[in-house]
Amino acid sequence: MSLAADFFEWFGNLGIFSWNVLKAAVTPPYEWRELIRQLDEVGSKSLPLVAMAGAAIGVIISLEARYSLSRFGAKSMFPATLVYSVIQIMGPIITGLVVCGRVGAGIGAELASMKVTEQIDAIEACAINPYRLLAATRILACILMLPLLTLGTDACALMTGWFAQTLVEPLSFHQFIQDGFKGSTFNAFLPQTFKTAAYGLIIGLIACFQGMRTRGGAEGVGRAATNSVVLGSLFLILADVVLVKFILVVFD
Amino acid sequence: MVTAFDIAMMQERTEQDGSVPVVAVENLRKTFGTLKVLDGINLSVNRGETLAVLGRSGTGKSVLLRLIIGIETPDSGSICIHGHNIAGLAIDQMGTIRKKIGFLFQHAALYDSLTVAENVAFPLDHHRRDMSRSERGDRVKQLLAEVGMEGDFRKLPSDISGGMQKRVGLARALALEPEILLLDEPTAGLDPISSGEIDELILKLQRERQMASIVVTHDLHSARTIADRLALLDQGNVVIEGKFEDLQQSNIGFVAEFLKQS
Repeated sequence: MSLAADFFEWFGNLGIFSWNVLKAAVTPPYEWRELIRQLDEVGSKSLPLVAMAGAAIGVIISLEARYSLSRFGAKSMFPATLVYSVIQIMGPIITGLVVCGRVGAGIGAELASMKVTEQIDAIEACAINPYRLLAATRILACILMLPLLTLGTDACALMTGWFAQTLVEPLSFHQFIQDGFKGSTFNAFLPQTFKTAAYGLIIGLIACFQGMRTRGGAEGVGRAATNSVVLGSLFLILADVVLVKFILVVFD
Repeated sequence: MVTAFDIAMMQERTEQDGSVPVVAVENLRKTFGTLKVLDGINLSVNRGETLAVLGRSGTGKSVLLRLIIGIETPDSGSICIHGHNIAGLAIDQMGTIRKKIGFLFQHAALYDSLTVAENVAFPLDHHRRDMSRSERGDRVKQLLAEVGMEGDFRKLPSDISGGMQKRVGLARALALEPEILLLDEPTAGLDPISSGEIDELILKLQRERQMASIVVTHDLHSARTIADRLALLDQGNVVIEGKFEDLQQSNIGFVAEFLKQS
């Protein structure tokens, strides 16, 4: 019974937090300088990591796809298989999980540390809305940067996937791209890329919520960072189930 | 919604009618779970006056300051600033009130990723955009000079001592020219010499600025130095309020015990 009550209380508090952030985000004065700082923190500084992750999954998909397609005599489908696998499935989810780990933990720990050392209270005492300065800027930065980072992941994955294939069976990059995107439209790829904005919302919201309600000193900070990643990842994957179905219904 | 115009009108009324205190707390109650921290507190502070709130650890002294600044919400009772009840106002409504209040946290609560100068500039950068960058910079230098920290602009809070952090915290609290100053254990954790220096600094600032100040402390010596009146809390209530001599002459057992142990 207590577990059920805690479960609903958590969601209730998340709802109240979300409402406070939304109200703060749409009312002036806007924190443009902090938003730009967070765009750099979330976007530019995550790019090397998501690029490496993309490069790795490109090679992995390339190796696995070549092996599987060869068994069925469908090697000519390799470019399209790689392109669709990366852009529609692996690119978005890998980007989301990697960014959740890096950014989610970072935001959770930073805000938790500020909470336990009364820095957030000090911000409020200076007549500055902490929901606006700290939470809204970070959440908005995550929403805006995730699609761009996903494009970065996709680009690296396609390049390394092509390169891994070329080492075995030479194929020009131009031919690879032409074959990979043959017959496809923007609807095949754009929704999957822009759904990552929802991932950004989840990552930013969960991390800020966990950070700003921390109690308990250093242990609390650690718990906030861990929970930001674990819960963010979990909600991200669950959201993907819903979003994939939504995209298939609306855009196909 | 409390506007700047409302505050100005209230302030004018307070100044014209000297009987209206700047800060007045009436029948204030606050409970955390089953723990009753404040059980009907009544206190008031006038312009130019310093009230020291004393008591044992855990008697709700810091909670009182957090209720006045609006970081906590009371269960019942009123908190009046210039005669206007601010208890339970929403965060954006409190903004106008908070610009009139300077708060020094017990551990200074400096922003650890900002330098000393950036910490002091923080409220100015947000609320005084009518000032040019160089004007804000000059103001920061002036504030740091007032608290004796003029040489440490570029240092981070982790690079300075606890006493120096308190000075920087005080400079930040004064940045918006507050009329009310709330100090939470300003000398806690400091050696006797540093405590004396902080006391002298508070006295000097109070003489110059004539703020309504509430100082929460368990340091009786510090309270006697800086305060015009003292209030002793116990079990959520004000046991006695008055000058130090009133406390000395009190027949209440707890008061005598507190003075004896201090």
